[in-house]
Parts: sequence; C-alpha cells; structure tokens
Amino acid sequence: MSDENIIEVNNLNKWYGDFHVLKDINLKIKKGEIVVICGPSGSGKSTITRCMNYLEQFQEGELIVNGTTLTDDVKKIKQVRSEVAMVFQHFELFPHLSILNNLILAPMHVHHIPKKEAIATAMEYLERVNIADQADKYPNQLSGGQKQRVAIARALCANPKIMLFDEPTSALDPEMISEVLDVMMELANEDKTMICVTHEMGFAKKVADRVIFMDAGQIIEENTPDEFFNNPQSDRLKLFLKQILSH
Amino acid sequence: MAVYELRTARPAPSSLRGPIHWMKENLFATPADIIQTIVIFSFLFWIVPLFLDWALFNASFVGTTKADATGTGANWIYVKEKMDMFIYGFYPQEEMYRVNIVFGLFFVTVIFFKYIARTFTQKAFIFILYPVISFILIKGGYFGFVEIPTDKWGGLLLTLIIASVGIVVSIPLGTVLALGRQSDLPIIKNLSVFYIEFIRGVPIITMLFMGSVLLPLFFADGVEVDKLLRALIVIIMIESAFIAEAVRGGLQSIPKGQYEAADSLGLGYWQKMIFVILPQALKVALPNLVGISIELFKDTSLVMIIGLFDILSMVHLTANDSNWLGMETEGYVFVTFVYWIICYAMSKYSMILEDRFNTNNR
Repeated sequence: MSDENIIEVNNLNKWYGDFHVLKDINLKIKKGEIVVICGPSGSGKSTITRCMNYLEQFQEGELIVNGTTLTDDVKKIKQVRSEVAMVFQHFELFPHLSILNNLILAPMHVHHIPKKEAIATAMEYLERVNIADQADKYPNQLSGGQKQRVAIARALCANPKIMLFDEPTSALDPEMISEVLDVMMELANEDKTMICVTHEMGFAKKVADRVIFMDAGQIIEENTPDEFFNNPQSDRLKLFLKQILSH
Repeated sequence: MAVYELRTARPAPSSLRGPIHWMKENLFATPADIIQTIVIFSFLFWIVPLFLDWALFNASFVGTTKADATGTGANWIYVKEKMDMFIYGFYPQEEMYRVNIVFGLFFVTVIFFKYIARTFTQKAFIFILYPVISFILIKGGYFGFVEIPTDKWGGLLLTLIIASVGIVVSIPLGTVLALGRQSDLPIIKNLSVFYIEFIRGVPIITMLFMGSVLLPLFFADGVEVDKLLRALIVIIMIESAFIAEAVRGGLQSIPKGQYEAADSLGLGYWQKMIFVILPQALKVALPNLVGISIELFKDTSLVMIIGLFDILSMVHLTANDSNWLGMETEGYVFVTFVYWIICYAMSKYSMILEDRFNTNNR
C-alpha cells in the first residue's frame, strides 16, 4: 500500500444472507481527497461507506484504513474508529445530553482528554459551525440544520483524519441544506479526507476531487466532477444524471 | 390577489373554560357518558356514607381494651394498641428509638441527596452511607447498641427493609441481566434467557419457599444462614428477572442509530451502555420499573410463608390474640390504608420522574 492512500478497498464483497450487496469493490482514496459517492437507493453507497468504520462487516476482500487492516479484531476496530468520524443522515445526537456534553463525551472517554480541554475544543468547533450559543441546549430544542451542524462539530472534536458523511442533508428541509453544505465546504478546504454519500450535485461539482457512481452494489463509473457530469460514459450514469438533474 | 392584516391573539371565550364546562365535557358529553355518570355517582352516594359511618362516625377511638369499644362501628382501639407491633414487629420497646432515627434519617438523606450533594461521588457516598448507618442502628451489636436479631424485626419495618433492599439491588442486577440477554455470546445469552423464563414461570411463593430451603445448602455445613438474608437473596433473584424484562423493552426502543453513533465515536461496550444507551433505555422503562417496584412492595407479604412477620402477618397474629378476637376487619382496613399510601406515593413519584425526564426527549 502506498503512503498516499489513506483508504484502500480491495475486492470487497458483502452479502446480506443470500443477497450480494457489494460486488468486487476496488477503491483507493488518497489523503486529503474529497470523494462523493452517488447512485440510486440500494446501490450500496451507504453500505461501503459504513464498512470503512466497521459499522458494516464484509465477508470477502480487504479494507485498509490509515494503515490498519480491518478485521474482527476489537483493537483494530477501535483504532480505526478513533481516526474516522461519521456524520449520519438522521443526526443521531444523544437526546439526553446537552449539546456540549454530546461533543465532549468521546474526547473525554475515548481519547482521555481532560474535561477543561475537551470543553475548550468543543466550544471552538461549535463556533466554527456557528452554533456556540446553543451549547447548553438539548437536541430536541434545535432545528434539523442546527442538529446536523452539531453532529459535524461532534465528529470534528475527535480530530479525525477521515470524515464519512452518510447522506447528511437528505433529512433536512430545503432551506436548511445550504447551512450544512456551507460547513462541509469549509471543511473541504482543509486537509481532511472526506467521503460523502449525497445527492447534492452542486456540492459535488464545487468541492469534490472525484465523483463515484454506484449501482446494484458495484462501482460503475468514477471521474473528476467535470468529466463525470459533462461527459458521462456509461448508460446507467447517463440515465441517472438525466433523472437527478432534471429539476 | 388578497393581502391579510395581522390579527392579535384573544383569550378563549368563557364558555370554553371553568368547572361547568369541565363537567359538560367529561361527565355528560354523550348519552353513554350521562348513564355512566349517574350509575357511578349513585354507587358512590350509597357506599361512601356506609363506609364513613363504620370507619368514622360510629367508630371507637378511646380506650385500652376491647371492652372499651362503645360504638357499633370500627374498633380503632385495637389498631392504636397494636400500632407498635404493626410498625416495629417484635422490636423491643426500649430500643425502638433506633428505628425512629432510621426513619427520620431517611428524609434527611433524601434532602442531602437532592439538594446538597453535587457530584456523582458525593451522591454515591450518601447513597451508600444511609444503608450502612441504618444497618448499624437497627441490627446493633456495634458502638454499644444492643444487638437485635433479625427474627425480632417485623411489621412495617420489615416490609420497608425487604422492599427497599429488593428494589435497590435488583435494578442494577436486572439491568446487567437484560444486557446479558442481548449479548452476542451464546452462553451468556442462553443462561440469561433460561434464568429469566424460569423465574417468570414459577409462582413467587414457591420460589420463596424453595429458595429458603435450598439456599443454606450452598453454604458450609453448620453455618446458619439468617432467615431474613435468605428471603432478601431470593427476592432479589426474583425481581431481577422482572426488571430485566422491563429494561429489555427499553433497550429495544432505542434506535439502532444511537448504537451506531456511539460505536463510530469509538466508545467501548460499557461506555456506550452507561453513557448513551442505558440512560435512554431506563427512561423508557421507568413506568414499568416503578410498576415492578410497587408489586414487589406488595409481594413482601409473601415472606409469611417462610416465617417472617411483615405488616400483613402482624394483622393475623394480633387478631388471633385472645384479647382482640374478631378484629381482623379493622386490621386489614388499616394495613390496606398503609399499603395504599405508600404505593400511591411511589406512583406519584414515578409521574414526577417521568415529567422531569420528558423535557430531554427527542
């Protein structure tokens, strides 16, 4: 594995019972790369992303994340999860904790950062996503866009090298999508590796280094955003783009 | 095209508020409602005066022996005379002040716990300190207090001890059992399931009796195991199973995403459970947990079968006293009242807790 690849997926196959969910996935992601994965539902795009922090397991193939080969080994899983952070479609903030406590939980108990330092870092990130004034509120008092920004801040507090976004704006009202995308675009300007499952093609066009199209468990096409949107090669991608960009 | 002026809010018209409106809505809304209201109120108007006549207006309160009873109603002299036994069992008169201190300390402890202790460590300390002090005071044998063996404990004192120890210990144990039932490891999972289903399938009285007989076998020959301790162990084992099922219901209500978010943050199994999942699951299970506690409180009367004298068996005992034959009714009414007050207090506390926790819900 070359030093440049922070994630390497080799011939990965996954089955849910008899159903072949991921077929021979081969993928190499460079450090600092912004990758957007898109495709119809059931294409496996969320599944392969969730394999990268072992939320999903796979039966065949190899997955190496930041030098660690992912297996059943609990230590390796923990190692990977401390370097990879995930933002979920339904935010998944902890409803019984205040916003601030949501953010400092992992730094304190996983990374053993002392409480004062964890709070300072948390407030910094809350500032960055423009939500510092809500630090003492509870998730159910926030709007969807605010919750997702908190979720992003929570992911950042762990100081991850890789960030996974699983359809981060799909559950949001349209007027809140841009506030979240703005935050994500700012992140894209730093050196974080970002893997984003999304339908927001505007975002892909603006910041992605590479766009990947998946369908029926397979990677069909991948290219730079320019080529991807203006010069699609496969028929399935052409059809998908026509459907998704028609409104 | 139309443009609309902003309107300000007005208070609701008076016919929509007030007691008359409440009665119309809740008691007389439909013909079926009207019939039910008439039936229920007729029943109440018949039975309440009868009961009050017996319990209050024709009852005897003054005197010291059965013969002093003058009225045709309840003979509360019996309850008055036997009150010490109802509350303390066979606890010697001169040492009863120790039990009273423990009762008083309970309220002091609650105040300290709620308003004075701030950190988790402080609260935990108080939580452990009270039972230790209570044990020293009630049992004695230390610090110059005369030792009172457990077979002298009885009545409400015994009921409260069994119920509170049972509830406090079986909740954490039951939670661990529930986690065991969710476990991926087949041995732990199957053992948990077997244990829970066994306990749920056998009548409590049977288990109390069996457990009381079998438990001493686990201890070395010749070691006499305290009867109360045996009862406590069996009750804890039984209640843990019920608690486990309630907690399991709570665990199942937590969306998978919460587990995943905790996992993806790198939290280990116990961290995930203690910081993320259990706080939410226990909140959901709370009404069930209080229900189980209330049932446990009432089930303490079953210890009669192994020769312990809780408040209910004190009624049997004292009503068989040759000086007070035939007083069972008064005894049962009194004990019913005591049970009802305590159970109602637990219910109300549950409602308060539920309200408090609801503010955080998603």
